[in-house]
Amino acid sequence: MFHKQAFRNPAIAKKLVAAIAQISTQPWTIMEVCGGQTHSIIQYGIDQLLPDNIRLIHGPGCPVCVTPLAYIDKALAIASVPDIIFCSFGDMLRVPSSHSDLLSAKAQGADIRIVYSPLDALKIAQENPNREVVFFAVGFETTAPTTALAAQQAKQLGLKNFSLLTCHVCVPPVMRALLKSENCQVQGFLAAGHVCAIMGYQQYHPIAQRYRVPIVVTGFEPVDILQGIYQCVQQLEAGRFEVENAYSRVVKEQGNTAAQNAMQQVFQTVDRNWRGLGEIPQSGLMLAPSFDAWNAELKFNVQTINTEEPKACRSGDVLQGLITPPQCPEFGKTCTPEHPLGATMVSTEGACAAYYRYRRGVN
Amino acid sequence: MELTCPLPLNYQQIVMAHGGGGRLMQQLLARVVQPTFSNDYLNQQHDSAVFTVGNQRLAFTSDSYVIKPLFFKGGDIGKLSVCGTVNDLAMSGAKPLFLSCSLIIEEGFPIETLQRILQSMQETAEQAGVMIVTGDTKVVDHGKGDGLYINTAGIGLLETDLIIQPSSIQVGDAVILSGDLARHGIAVMLEREGLDFESEIVSDCAVLSPLVQDLLQAGIEIHCLRDLTRGGLASCLIELAHSANVHIEITETALPIIEPVRTACELLGFDPLYIANEGCFALFLPAEQVASALAILQKHQTGQHACQIGTVQSTHEQGLLTLSTAMGIIRGLDLLSGEQLPRIC
Repeated sequence: MFHKQAFRNPAIAKKLVAAIAQISTQPWTIMEVCGGQTHSIIQYGIDQLLPDNIRLIHGPGCPVCVTPLAYIDKALAIASVPDIIFCSFGDMLRVPSSHSDLLSAKAQGADIRIVYSPLDALKIAQENPNREVVFFAVGFETTAPTTALAAQQAKQLGLKNFSLLTCHVCVPPVMRALLKSENCQVQGFLAAGHVCAIMGYQQYHPIAQRYRVPIVVTGFEPVDILQGIYQCVQQLEAGRFEVENAYSRVVKEQGNTAAQNAMQQVFQTVDRNWRGLGEIPQSGLMLAPSFDAWNAELKFNVQTINTEEPKACRSGDVLQGLITPPQCPEFGKTCTPEHPLGATMVSTEGACAAYYRYRRGVN
Repeated sequence: MELTCPLPLNYQQIVMAHGGGGRLMQQLLARVVQPTFSNDYLNQQHDSAVFTVGNQRLAFTSDSYVIKPLFFKGGDIGKLSVCGTVNDLAMSGAKPLFLSCSLIIEEGFPIETLQRILQSMQETAEQAGVMIVTGDTKVVDHGKGDGLYINTAGIGLLETDLIIQPSSIQVGDAVILSGDLARHGIAVMLEREGLDFESEIVSDCAVLSPLVQDLLQAGIEIHCLRDLTRGGLASCLIELAHSANVHIEITETALPIIEPVRTACELLGFDPLYIANEGCFALFLPAEQVASALAILQKHQTGQHACQIGTVQSTHEQGLLTLSTAMGIIRGLDLLSGEQLPRIC
């Protein structure tokens, strides 16, 4: 793992910070798309190292944060059906729905299990043929391929007691939606490295051209992020708007075609509500009709659940970069990780949680 | 029991996070448990209660062990149940003497497995120089327990005049860590999830009283000791900072974390600062004694990675823990709500 330490090398980081300061002649606002990047930025204090004229805003790339309330309510409804084994990624458990959360449902006796992959849930279904097993499939293009694999395997095996509550979302449509918004302040993007590892970055060229914004595919270590910012500022200063890859040790232009094929076979693109952002056209992935037998929404008849988002929570403004978390009047008062109003306070990748955890109490 | 105010917790029932060593557990203790039992000994909030009987100072503690799986690399529930209680006694400076052992066994549990676990308890007790002198056995219905739960309580004798407790922490104290971070938590998690890593990660589960006794015999002026268990280093130091009303700062580059543990944490999405140890403690002492203390600790196998990780900077009304990062930034460390939940991706 020597290389990982190299990407955390403070001397290299400081050189990049100096280089960014040297080439930037005016204020620039850059959005990091991915929640993993947000956490790295706050954890390592990268935003504090940068010159004052470079402003980072935290994008909507935390899958927990953007999963709409309606789907949390659907998850709770399914998890509460007697004898169901409900499997989920860990950080979805604390996300509050309109009335409860999965952790509380677990405390009241629901069989809710944390898994690392939908394939683990599939295994649980094989081991428990007399019980229904449901996996809560959320996340971006990073987690969607394993959901696709699980669906394919379930079909091949003819597994009748396994199904998927699918709420996958895609990055390019939300970038477009942000750029179309009147309030958009973003002048350049750090694209999410891991999403690009799957999908490649061909689909970003039209966005860069149409909206005249530089997009730099960026990794997650401090040096990666600073390199991404450097390349972004370089383009902004030169008036260029291209797609560049600053994470070439992981990302190839075509991405992972095997993963893309699996996704194409299993999913269809749909309009999807995003928590705090509203409906974004063609931004969601749901199971194609040929997988209806493994679609938990149909199996448990929860399609009609449609929950409104709470008004006090300004996670939408945070996700759009319109306010920083501490500028929300509820931040740290009525909204804390113990009692989150919105998902940006719940997930370890959420911008509000990152600020709460690393910034509170320090002068 | 009548509570004088509305239950100020957001949860009306216990959730797993109430046992996770984080903020919810602190709230449960501070708002439900402590006000009910409130007394001078309990309110010191130390790992053991210290009191005088005749002219002897004694330490008394108790702990329950509900670990899953029962066997893991580097230990088992039996070894853990002796180490944990012995270590809690050692953290007050006491020499551990006697333990109790209460077993809650699930119907259907193999007696052969129970024997192996009790044997492991006995071996660890001998190593620690304690005797298991009393106990209790209960059997619960099949499906009502995870095989076996163990409770141990322990009594130790204080042969030192030092008052080793959070309120003895002083501004200027050095903070020493006796071993590398997060090894127990990660070893158990890998075992539980059935994840195989190329490098073996072995729990650090170990008896710490010999290290403490050696420090005391060498005349090290120990101000406070706390072993890192649930919640890891960060939770341990935050609690101490709160109890002692001080600002503690630790240095990221000084923190000993072995590479396989660091890698496992990154893959699973965990912060090693919040992952449990079971054979590692934080030691507060005058800065000028750091070299002598390290020399003593490093003679022990359990203490071979001992190093200074921070200092007590100043007094601070609410208590504060900060981390000086490799990037040269100072950031705050806060209690987690409950247990860390694995990240999505």
